[in-house]
Amino acid sequence: MIVSLSDVRRDYPIGADRVHALQGVSLEVEQGDYMAIVGPSGCGKSTLLNLIGVIDHPTSGTVTIAGKRVDAMSDREATLFRLHNIGFVFQRFYLMPILSALENVALPMAEAKVPATERSTRAAELLTYVGLGARLNHRPSEMSGGEQQRVAIARALSNRPALLLADEPTGELDAKTGTEIIALFQRLNADGTTIVVVTHDEDLANAARHKVHMRDGRIVDG
Amino acid sequence: MLAVLGVAIAAAMLLDMVMLATGMRESFRELLVSRGYDIRLAPKGTLPFDTDATIPGVSAIIATLRSNPDVREISPVLGGSIHISARDRDVSASIIGINPTVQGDYELLSGRDVVSSDAIGANDYLLAKLGARLGDTLAVATGYDPQTRTYSGQRRLVLAGRVKFLYGAAEQAGAVVKRETLEAMNPDRTDRASLFMVRVRKGANPDSVRSWIETRIPNVTAISIATAIAEVDFRLSYFRQLAFILGAVSLFVGFLLVTTLVTVSVNERAGEIAVMRAIGVSRAHVVQQVVLEGVAISLAGAILGLGLGLVTARYLNAILSAFPGLPMAIDFFLFQAKAAWAAMGLLIAAGIGAGIYPAWRAASLPIAESLRREAIA
Repeated sequence: MIVSLSDVRRDYPIGADRVHALQGVSLEVEQGDYMAIVGPSGCGKSTLLNLIGVIDHPTSGTVTIAGKRVDAMSDREATLFRLHNIGFVFQRFYLMPILSALENVALPMAEAKVPATERSTRAAELLTYVGLGARLNHRPSEMSGGEQQRVAIARALSNRPALLLADEPTGELDAKTGTEIIALFQRLNADGTTIVVVTHDEDLANAARHKVHMRDGRIVDG
Repeated sequence: MLAVLGVAIAAAMLLDMVMLATGMRESFRELLVSRGYDIRLAPKGTLPFDTDATIPGVSAIIATLRSNPDVREISPVLGGSIHISARDRDVSASIIGINPTVQGDYELLSGRDVVSSDAIGANDYLLAKLGARLGDTLAVATGYDPQTRTYSGQRRLVLAGRVKFLYGAAEQAGAVVKRETLEAMNPDRTDRASLFMVRVRKGANPDSVRSWIETRIPNVTAISIATAIAEVDFRLSYFRQLAFILGAVSLFVGFLLVTTLVTVSVNERAGEIAVMRAIGVSRAHVVQQVVLEGVAISLAGAILGLGLGLVTARYLNAILSAFPGLPMAIDFFLFQAKAAWAAMGLLIAAGIGAGIYPAWRAASLPIAESLRREAIA
């Protein structure tokens, strides 16, 4: 089991009130799985993904990723854990505008202190894998939205993460480009990458092996 | 670009204030040391050419000074004013009487020095007022009564040389003759001097000689370069305080500007920073990037400000140097590489300081919260 959540709750203070974003969620994701988390806006999908991605802490409950308890990690431990174990893809691509595609993909490897030559080689391989072998030295401003999202996916895979998390990865793309990204996710999963996506996009959700439905901070089906 | 220009203006102001704080003192010191005279003797209680007062007994004073083995050279200078009749009008000018072999008051630009008793040298401003050329004979008088339009102490002198006075003010007509010539034109001033300039032996301490002079010649004030600079420092303390205050304000404005710019930049890139943190970029790296951004803005502003500061300093210097009575050789804004580096260093240090607050904000961004806000936006 690569992801295991047990009775996870997450509350947010809003003024004098508390919002119960997650209300006792338990979930398991197996190695090599491709899971889509779906549900209406505000149901707690992104909160759940943030907890799996170790960028947020649960109010209670346990979160285990790749065999390691991550729910009470310090910021430093969590940063290192994310660097080596988790790849993130977001709705907005957030590439560094002054860096080329190759340099953007190499960035997490530089942070992980991978030698420079190895970084370049792997970044080029990843960009070729996502279909951008001819755009290595282009800057984000010279690329389409679909191309930028491909670079973001390659960046997410750069440190060979155990888990790829995606939050509305097709949200800013047109239908045709969205379909290409869906196909890329399927290919990634077929090649062994464990993927968890949060989405409103039915096509993307239907492409996953499993669907988990959420409502009001709870898993209602899956 | 506009933001960098704002920092550049603050940098230029800071540089100008650093130049103003030290410029006048340094250019005055350079002027004093330029001809190698270490001590000036003025009438007791005055500064050189502060008043029309003179020191009597030139011969006796020279004899006393020569008795000190550390005194190498003495240049007595007699000052006064002259009137020259030119094309039915009176042209007035200041004049000094010197010994041309030992003088530190002027440079000969062309023609001959005033080695003969009928020779006179004039600066360009006087030559222009007279419309005269080298070789012309001038009727020069030390006195003029405007009521009767009569001259006294008049003498015909040949315009021998074109000179530039080291201590001359802008648009000040000036002339030079041998001291004996000026004494002969004005018998009241025989054996008197307005100023003595004294050069000491190499290796001798000018301040020891100055003390010795004041004990031996009680009717003079002896001023060494060090005491002259101390006096200038005292008289210019207002300028220095003003420069210090304006410089500090400029630095603070630059600091606030860079802090604001980097903070705005961090706020605009909150989502980008949150994603960087999410993919594993450390807080230390984020802090480093943001501080570097502050330094880069400061550095760009400093480089631009250096050029801007030099141009404005030159312009302001031209205005201030035209003040009546100030030697033209005195600069208010003097460029010194050390001072410029100090100003630029201060600004870059301010840039580092300015990056700390936004860097702290960037590193403290809650990742999930920032991503949620970005998604809603």
